[in-house]
Amino acid sequence: MSLYRTLKEVPTEEYLAQGHRLCAGCPEAICVRLVTKVAGKDTIIVNPTGCLEVSTSLFPETAWKLPWIHVAFENGGAVASGVEAALKSMKRKGIIPKETKTHVIVFAGDGGTTDIGFQALSGMLERGHDVVYVCIDNEAYMNTGIQRSGSTPYMAWATTSPVGKVLKGKMQQKKDMVSIAAAHGIPYTASATVGTGYWLDLMNKVRKAIDVEGPAYIHCLNPCPTGWRFEPNLTVEMGRLAVQTGMWMLYEVVDGKLTVTARVSKRRPVRDYLKQQGRFRHLTDEDIAKIQRHVDESAAEMNKLVGQEVIGPVQES
Amino acid sequence: MSVKRIPLSANHAAAYAAKACDIDVAAVYPITPQVEVAERLGQFVADGELRAEYIPVESEHSAMSACVGASSAGARAFTATASQGLALMHEILFIASGSRLPIVMALANRTLSSPINIHCDHSDSMASRDCGWVQIYASSGQEVYDSVIQAYKLAEDDKILLPVMVCFDGYILSHTYEPVLVNSDEDVLGFVPKNVKRLLDPDNPLSIGVFCMPDYEYEFKYQLVEALGNVPDRLKKVDQAFGERFGRGYGLYEMYRMDDAEVVMVALGTMASTAKAAIDELRTEGEKVGLFRPRLFRPNPVDEWRAILSKYNMLMVVDRAMSLGSVAGPLALELLGAFMNEKDRPRFMNFVAGIGGRDVTVEDIKQMFRKTIDAHRSGTTMRTCQYYGVRM
Amino acid sequence: MSELKSYKEIPIGSKNVEAGSSVRNETGSWRDFKPVVDMDKCIKCLMCFVSCPDATINPTTFGVNYAHCKGCGICAQMCPVGAVTMVEEVV
Repeated sequence: MSLYRTLKEVPTEEYLAQGHRLCAGCPEAICVRLVTKVAGKDTIIVNPTGCLEVSTSLFPETAWKLPWIHVAFENGGAVASGVEAALKSMKRKGIIPKETKTHVIVFAGDGGTTDIGFQALSGMLERGHDVVYVCIDNEAYMNTGIQRSGSTPYMAWATTSPVGKVLKGKMQQKKDMVSIAAAHGIPYTASATVGTGYWLDLMNKVRKAIDVEGPAYIHCLNPCPTGWRFEPNLTVEMGRLAVQTGMWMLYEVVDGKLTVTARVSKRRPVRDYLKQQGRFRHLTDEDIAKIQRHVDESAAEMNKLVGQEVIGPVQES
Repeated sequence: MSVKRIPLSANHAAAYAAKACDIDVAAVYPITPQVEVAERLGQFVADGELRAEYIPVESEHSAMSACVGASSAGARAFTATASQGLALMHEILFIASGSRLPIVMALANRTLSSPINIHCDHSDSMASRDCGWVQIYASSGQEVYDSVIQAYKLAEDDKILLPVMVCFDGYILSHTYEPVLVNSDEDVLGFVPKNVKRLLDPDNPLSIGVFCMPDYEYEFKYQLVEALGNVPDRLKKVDQAFGERFGRGYGLYEMYRMDDAEVVMVALGTMASTAKAAIDELRTEGEKVGLFRPRLFRPNPVDEWRAILSKYNMLMVVDRAMSLGSVAGPLALELLGAFMNEKDRPRFMNFVAGIGGRDVTVEDIKQMFRKTIDAHRSGTTMRTCQYYGVRM
Repeated sequence: MSELKSYKEIPIGSKNVEAGSSVRNETGSWRDFKPVVDMDKCIKCLMCFVSCPDATINPTTFGVNYAHCKGCGICAQMCPVGAVTMVEEVV
């Protein structure tokens, strides 16, 4: 398997056509472009309900240059299981050529993965279907207007985790889907982002995910300007900051063995990330300190797990 | 042509038929009283007799979702369920028909909770009658085997392209054994060669299940109206061809001793077969009674219903489900709809019976007939359905 | 405005049959600012090509597809040499 080493190796063929109705600066579009470039033409896309689905498939036009199916919100894993099983069966019976290597890729939002789609994903992982499941995580139900999901981070504002005198945003921690997916014992799990400098990391993870036999899960953090409340030109910068502050760690789990793929030697304080997003505008210094402590603990845990300091200490810039 | 006679339950008959049709994908979740369909199919695959991908999904919602995915990818897909399982799949049923996928499902009729009850009534399939699926009601294990086969031929027809559910009474048929004539798999597959379109094809990339605004949604839904309109005629032809090939045929309905009947009972499933014994007994007493058993329920074959039933004076419709909040049971409401504004129309007496597996005996049916005959002769009209057998 | 079609004239069953037909929708009309690339400064690192949500930057010529560019400004923000400037569009 050949991994991408420089951006010059990024394929130029586009599988998501222009003219889609995703917001200006939308990270999902970047994510889909990069993932489909790795997957190539011989791919079937399964896309549960969400921003991506509605913005790319308004009848009669479609932005998709790959075969694509939308069924409902909570069944990405199940539909993909059916598609994969069909391909297996049709190859076995010679209905399609036995050499067929069509990839099945799911693009599901955090809603369709962490919450309503959880069961279908878990079933698919447990049964071992040869599918690459990409969670395009913008940390809320963005398509319906920024409602909180299990993936919304601690203290983030959302319309259903609002900020007021009594409640201050989401009171629960972000659900750790990457660990949950890895706990199914699947051959490949990874976290990724479309942040600046991490595109090749994402693409190489997709390459590995496609190449393994069996289920692969990639969780891609997609900073959403509309929902997180920042200017649309800061999308990829926000992704970079998420990694640089340790709020989102990039790693992969290959047959149970965890490796951090993006070391952060000088960690930025979380304030640098949180204060740039309107959804965290209400945070007091105390709140930020609490979040900083949580990130410090996660970083320490990760370092302990891998046996070396892959996420370094905070350095005020 | 090789035919074997095997003692099978309707559950097993459904599995045998699916195997004979060489299904490519089976995505099934077990629920009483359908469990043996899932089990028998699994065993066929384990023994190498059925070369399908068998997906032991983690819920019925996922079962139907997987079937939608598989069928869109070009596979002949099959599933089975009952009761709560059908209710759980509900949203996907509309999607399967809206996306025009030829999925076939075996349905072992069982009541919907609550309270939870595992026995037979038609509340599950009746609650899904508007989802654009073809609904066929069988009244024997043989009919289940034959109908699943016919269902694929109908579903994959280019003028139809609709999913089909074959309904049969839970426990009463699903678990009782009868000798079923089973044809060789080759002969069956010769009758239903595969015609599943490969919609998800990298060489011809389409987008399926798209987002649509008010300017076109109505038109897509109207396509279903047209396709359902084609069903009665097509199913008649499929059934005829089936009869010519295998010597067994059913048509869209069954008629029993209707010729000079003063009162005709209309019922689905096994209540109809029990009714035949009741009719024979009443006839020996001099009462002129008969039976009309619809086989194709949805779409309503209204032309046939009107042509056959309009000349009768009194129809006794026995529903095995309630349409809660309505004046009549669902079967009665459908028949009433067929006679909407017709000049020649029968009068209706509607009973609800057999709810939650409550046994409907020959004596029960005779009682219902007697009540109806009395009402008919005295000119009494009932303005709502009668709940037969409930303890007040 | 194009005439709306009858139910017989559209594909059977909830499909879009023309792959990539969204290009007909010229999203360039969304923007207020447009990116201008200074080829003297550009080092052809390809970061703008990779990170554009609408794939409007050509990886060979570095020209911008203004018919579809929504003016989000990601390219200008993260260009490592400041070769891209967002210029207000005058209508």
